[in-house]
This record gives sequence, C-alpha cells and structure tokens, in this order.
Amino acid sequence: MVNKSTSPTDPLIGNDSWNIQLDSKGRLKHFLTIEGLGSEILTNILDTAESFANVNEQRVKKVPLLRGKTIVNLFFEASTRTRTTFELAAKRLSADILNINISTSATSKGESLLDTLQNLQAMLCDMFIVRHCDSGAAHFIAGNVAPHISVINAGDGRHAHPTQAMLDMFTIRRNKGRDFGKLRVAIVGDLLHSRVARSQIHALNILNTGDVRVIAPKTLIPTDIEDMGVSVFNDLEAGIKDADVIIMLRLQRERMQGAFLPSEHEYYSQYGLSEERLLAARDDAIVMHPGPINRGVEIESSVADGARSVILDQVTYGISVRMAIMSMVLGREPELTETEAS
Amino acid sequence: MSRLLVSNGLILDPVTQSVKTSNVYIADGSIIAIDHEPDGFEAEHSIDATGLIISPGLVDLCARLREPGLEFKADIQSEAVAAASAGITTLCCPPDTHPVIDEPAVVELIHRKAVTAAHTNVVTLGALTRGLEGKFLSEMSTLYTAGCVGVSNSRKPVANTLILRRAYSYAANYGITVFIEPDEHWLSMGGCAHDGPVATRLGLQGIPVSAETVAISRALELILETGVKAHFGRLSSSHAVELIRRAKERGMEITADVSAHQLFLNEMDINSFNSMCHVLPPLRSQRDMEALRQAVKDGVIDAICSDHQPHEPDAKQAPFASTQAGISSLETLLPLTLRLVHEQVVPGYTAQSLLSTQPAAILGIDAGVLAANRPADICIYDPEQDWQLETTTMLSRGKNTPFAGWNFQGKVRYTIIAGELIYAA
Amino acid sequence: MDEIAKPDQLLEKLADDLKQLLVEREIDDPLMVGIHTGGAWIASSLHAKLSISQPLATLDISFYRDDFSRIGMNPRVKPSSLPPQVEDKHIILIDDVLQTGRTIRAAMNEIFDYGRPASITLVCLVDRSGRELPIQADVIGQHLRPGTDQHIKLSGPEPLEFVIT
Repeated sequence: MVNKSTSPTDPLIGNDSWNIQLDSKGRLKHFLTIEGLGSEILTNILDTAESFANVNEQRVKKVPLLRGKTIVNLFFEASTRTRTTFELAAKRLSADILNINISTSATSKGESLLDTLQNLQAMLCDMFIVRHCDSGAAHFIAGNVAPHISVINAGDGRHAHPTQAMLDMFTIRRNKGRDFGKLRVAIVGDLLHSRVARSQIHALNILNTGDVRVIAPKTLIPTDIEDMGVSVFNDLEAGIKDADVIIMLRLQRERMQGAFLPSEHEYYSQYGLSEERLLAARDDAIVMHPGPINRGVEIESSVADGARSVILDQVTYGISVRMAIMSMVLGREPELTETEAS
Repeated sequence: MSRLLVSNGLILDPVTQSVKTSNVYIADGSIIAIDHEPDGFEAEHSIDATGLIISPGLVDLCARLREPGLEFKADIQSEAVAAASAGITTLCCPPDTHPVIDEPAVVELIHRKAVTAAHTNVVTLGALTRGLEGKFLSEMSTLYTAGCVGVSNSRKPVANTLILRRAYSYAANYGITVFIEPDEHWLSMGGCAHDGPVATRLGLQGIPVSAETVAISRALELILETGVKAHFGRLSSSHAVELIRRAKERGMEITADVSAHQLFLNEMDINSFNSMCHVLPPLRSQRDMEALRQAVKDGVIDAICSDHQPHEPDAKQAPFASTQAGISSLETLLPLTLRLVHEQVVPGYTAQSLLSTQPAAILGIDAGVLAANRPADICIYDPEQDWQLETTTMLSRGKNTPFAGWNFQGKVRYTIIAGELIYAA
Repeated sequence: MDEIAKPDQLLEKLADDLKQLLVEREIDDPLMVGIHTGGAWIASSLHAKLSISQPLATLDISFYRDDFSRIGMNPRVKPSSLPPQVEDKHIILIDDVLQTGRTIRAAMNEIFDYGRPASITLVCLVDRSGRELPIQADVIGQHLRPGTDQHIKLSGPEPLEFVIT
C-alpha cells in the first residue's frame, strides 16, 4: 500500500479491530469480534468458562468477583434471550446490572447514537453490553466511550456475535475434546445474514479446526466467503458428510420477501436437517443451533430434541462463557490509576 | 485592467512532451502571450515562479458545494475558497442541491453566489428529470440557456428505461451532454460497500459490480439509439473500464472520469468500519483499483475529478452503514494526481491533461489550456514541496477525508482566476 | 531465617495438636476444608490421620480474592467442593502458609456464602510474619520469621516439600 501515516488519536480515522480490543498489555479490554484474537486468548476464555461452569453447578452460584461494578445492557435491537443470559451472568458475578432497551426510547426520538452514549456515560458505569442492528456498531461505541468503559458486543448487524461463538466453541470442546484439528464442522443455513456464523468461522479457524464448511443455497452465501477460510457447499448431504459437528442457523421469514427463497417448504425439503439427512454425518456427530429454533423449517423436531442435539447445553454454557468473558474484560488493572497502598 | 507577469516557471508541454522554462503574460483576464514578451508589456504585478510549475487551473468535473439547501455541511463561499487553494479554477456542481437545479432561478443563484465568492468559476449541471425524481423531463433547453453545461440525474434512478431513452433523446435534440453516474438502483439499494470479501467479513451489505455495469450497458445501448453525447462519471470497477473501452473502440463518442480517491483506496481501506471510506460508488477490489489506474494511463479514462462531498462531523459519526457517503476531496485532487506522476503511472503532462484540458473539453468550456487568448485561469505549484494533510488546516468546511495524515509532494503556491491572483500560499 | 522443619514432621505435630483442640472444644463431627492447593494436600493427610468421617471438602478462593482487579482472572480455577450444607457445622479450615491473612479472609467469605457454620477452626502448617489483617491460626506447625522478601511455598503432593525463594 502507499505510504501513509495515520494518527491513532485522530477520531476521524478508524483503528484496527485488534488494536481497539486489547489494552497496551495485550489483555482483553473490549470483546467486539473474534477476528484478530489469538488462540491463546480464546483458549483462556474457554478455560475460564470451565471454572464458572463448576460454579454454576454448585448450590451457591454466585461469586463476588465483580461486586461494585455496574454493567449496562444496551440493547438497540430487542432480544429477550441474549439479554437475560447476560443479566444472569452479571448477577452471578455480583455486579449491578441495568437494562436499557433503546429501541423504544431515545433514538426513536431522533437522538443520535453518540448523544445516547454520552448521556449513559454520565451515569458512571463500567461496561456496556451492546446489541445493535448496524454492523460495526459495537466498534463505533467502543471507539466513542470514556477510556475506562469496556464494551462487549452482543450482536451487531450481520457482523459479529462473539460471545455466542465462544459458547459454541465451548460446547464443541466439551463434546469433542480440545483438538479441533481433527474435526469437520459444517454450518448450515442463512450465512448471508448471520453474524453468529461469521464469528463461528473466525473462532473455528483460530482454533485450527480441520475442516470448516458452510452449506446454503447460492442466494444465501455471501460473496467470497471462501476468503474467510471455509469451503462452500450448496448440497446439504454432501456438505455434512462425515461431519463431527453440525451447526444449524435460523431461517428468518423475511427471506421469502427479498426473493432469496421461494418458500420455507422448499427450503426444508433441500436444506432442512432431518433424521434421514443426519445419517450422512458421523455416528457421533453433535447438532447445534444458536436458537431460537424454527422446527420444521431448518431442523426436524426429532433431531432438535434427539440424542445428538446439544442445543439446550449451549444455553447453559452460555452463562458460564459470558461470566468468563465479563470477568476477563473487567478484571484488568486499570491503566491510569494512582498507585494504591498495598 | 491589471497586467500580470508570471516569470521563470516550468510549463509541461504535451506536444513536445517536455518541460520548458517560460513566462506567461496576462492582461484583461486573459493570457496574452507565453514566452514571447508582447511589445510594450509592463507588468503591474509579477510572480516569480522559479522552480514552480505553471499549469492551467484545474477543472473539477464534480464537486458538491451543498448550497442551496445543505448549508450546514458547507457553502459556496467556503468551498470556493478551498477550491482556489487547491488550484481548482473551475468546478462543476451536480444538480442534487435542495432545491434541485431544475429551474433557471437555482442556476442563477449558484452562479451569483460563485461570482460573489470570487474564488473559482462554477458551472452547473441541470437535472435530467424534474426534481431528479425520474418521472418527467426537466426543461433542459431552458436550463442550458440559463447556463448549465449539461444535464444529469445524479445517482438517482429514472423510473423506467423508456423514460430514460426519451430523456436522452430530448437532450440530444439540443446537443446537450448527458452526465451519467452509472448505478442500477435495485442492485445497489441498501448497500454501502463493494460486494466482496471485505463486506462479507464485516457483515456490510454489498453493492455488486453489476450495479455499475448493468447501468453502463443499458446507457450505452440508449446512447447508440438516441445519439446523445454522454459522459460517464466516477467509474469504480475493471468491468466498467472494459465496457467503456469497447464502446470507444466501436467509435462511440463517450468520455469517462474517475474520482481521485478510487485510484488510491480500495475495499481493504474500510478496514475496521472506517466511515471515512464510505463512498458511493464504493471502493472496490485491489484488481479494480489497478484497472482504473491502467485506464487512466492508457486513456480509456479521460479525466480525474474530486467528487467532493463535504459533510458535517455527525454525518460520519455512526456505525458504517448509517453514515453518509462521501469524501471532502477538493484539497486532495491535485496531490493524489501528482502521486500518480511520482509513481510513474502517468507523465506530468498527461496528469495536467487529465485535470485541466480534458475536463474542460468534456464540459465544453473555454478553460484548461495555457495558450494565448485563453482565460487566465492558472495554477502554480511547487512540485517538490513536502507536506502533510491535516484536517485542522483544510479550508473546506468538510473535514471528512481518509487522507488525513498522508504525506504528499507538490503544493499549490498561487492560483490565478481571470487574471487576478486569488490565492497565494 | 529460622530453620524450617520438614512438612512431614510438622504434619505429625498438627495432627496431635488438632486432636487435642477438638477434644477441648468438644467438637466430635467436624467438616474439614482444605484450601487449594497446599491446604488441600495437608487436609487430605490430616483427614486420614484423624479418621474424620465427613468427606473432605476443598475450596478454591480465586473468585473471592480481594486483588482480582490487579492480578486478573486465573483461568484454571479448580472447583470448590463444599457440601451443600454448612449450616451449624464445625469447620476445620486448613491452609499451608499463613502470611497476610487475605486468603483466610477470602475462604471465610466463601464459606459464609454457603451458610452459617457453628465454628471455624484454623489450622496452618506454617505461620510466618507479614499479617495485614487481624487473623490468627488456632493450630500451627511452626512459627517463622523469614526475611520480608522471602517466599515460602509448599510443593507436593508427593513428596511434600517447602520451597523457599
């Protein structure tokens, strides 16, 4: 590229994603996207989540780790499931949590995202958990909050859903062991619109997964997705052949509107994971789904409830994984404090 | 009237393909001689241009001044001053002001304000359709008479191909050039980045190359049938270059331009949602960028313009897709083009032609040439001066540029308009 | 620094002293809780020597540390295995080295999150100087006054040895 000098303090210039996520000592300050993180950090997250999984299996599920910290759930896009898991995770860490559902308040009155942020920051909190319909929103927010505030991305547009991807990796590790190199993982469904899939692909590749495949009709495959390190299949059975892990994605009703698909019926007949189709995968393959499930559209009910399905475990693990990420992000020595008397 | 002598400067001569030290003699707003001192010429003012290049003033095919209607972003006064400091002596304003340039009154307003600002010549493009809404023809003849140098529908769609054909036919009736920003709006709708690996990775909705090439192909067929004179503005893809190349080879009289930033930035520069790189047409692949550079080199592209779109800070301070597209680019038009010269993509006199002579010809105006009896619109720049672009010292009210912090070589020292020294560094 | 005895010898002393203390306090069905990692090894040994009937419990105090913000998350936190009920139990809390007192403070906080014990008796293999909180052990293997920048750690589980750095 041509010679250019960029000033990292110039707010008009963007930063590399990995720069903005890590503090000067390489520790997680924000958790915005899996992309750009090393396998060591990801493994740390998974190991830390194991500790919290143990806590969550105890009678007393609460630890005082984040006591005194204030966490704000900033959801610009409605979501009950993700919001409640973060809320539960925060409470089990003894943090105070505030739920703000912006879709019904300020910005619908025309307040700019920046103004909303500034008003919230005046409340002196420690962390924002953000879900927004625009790709890049979490990065934008992280780049515009006060230096001591951490941001966790709970889903931005089609770009990333890193906490979901981590709980999916945790689920795979719990079921298939630590060596991802021997695994064939297939992600099936609306790749085009899926932030979960993008994050999963990054995570799987960083953890050196042997074979990562995406399966969907052409209309739902993003251009040049091979560049992300996947092989593309348009045929379900060919794609899931001998797979160890099958991740099903949700199909949204709107896809019929945009002329992506003719009908749910035809989609199910070609791409739905039925008992019969599942036979193409390995005998011990696990079936995952980030939820919520559309029974009879992307997956047969009996498969979703069947022996190979780990869908409910994913939900359970989601709390431990989020506890891990939140503690890692908030459990850093602040970089601008005066020396405390030890 | 004042007599001005510009002495001892370097003039790039495309005919001899050489650089020559020359004097330029100016009086009554025109160049009266180059090299040969006219009898009895006594300069009232003189500029010592030793070591500097004397160039025809730049003619910018597309610069949005935001007035009338969007004065919170910029205005004719501020942008004219910025243009002059950047060596731009004529700029062409597209019709998408508020109100749209589909009434002579708007044309007159803009011209009047430009004259008052007195820092650069402003020409206008009239709307192809009323209100740019794509349904009814605008009064093209009236607009032409009022001073518009051409007509355009900006990037707005025309309701259907039949109306488009009739609009071209009507423009052809009066010999008016149609300026086309090729965009098939159904294919580009909702998109904010090139449909490729970067948009996929970032989860941004992509604009495929076909949005540009389908529009160009359609336009070319209609141009063939209606015989209208046409110019294609702001190419972005290698396929578009191929279509233009083939059309020219078939003998079609069409011209094309590219915005300077498309020659130096591509989709990778969006990086991590850098909204300064949110532009339309989008920054495409490295291969597309290289094809555009090659097209500039071999003449398939006739001109380089700025595509200046100044914005207020809020317009760029949001998640990428919610930001407004556009770069404030008057002040990087010459520097980026000079970089092409430094990188040996084009020789200096070709760059001059791409910035001045050819755009003037496309607009059909008397400008862009250093010769006797031509308007004295001149840009004098120091080709060696190293400098860095800083938003704090930009003169445009729009500071939205991804080139902040870039180092450039070559800076404007004097700008002369109609024989008057308008800008001195 | 004073000469430090071997862990095995100290364990014998602990077992004897603890047995006597339990008799004095009329505690006949205690719950032994060892703090990871060194305390858990010692507790295991004492549990056997004293033939305690209630199963051995262990505690990892990582989540209760007061310096979490400064040292960050330790990814390999072992599970605590306290029984579901600590109400009205007599707890024997066991650790290897007592220094600042913060580990014991954290352990007590964790125990109290589970319920209200009847009592807590603290047993430490080594009690060294450097207390930062008002915490004292009930049964001690050996008192030490090492240099302030000397660290004492127990390595194990077989053989148990002191590592001094």
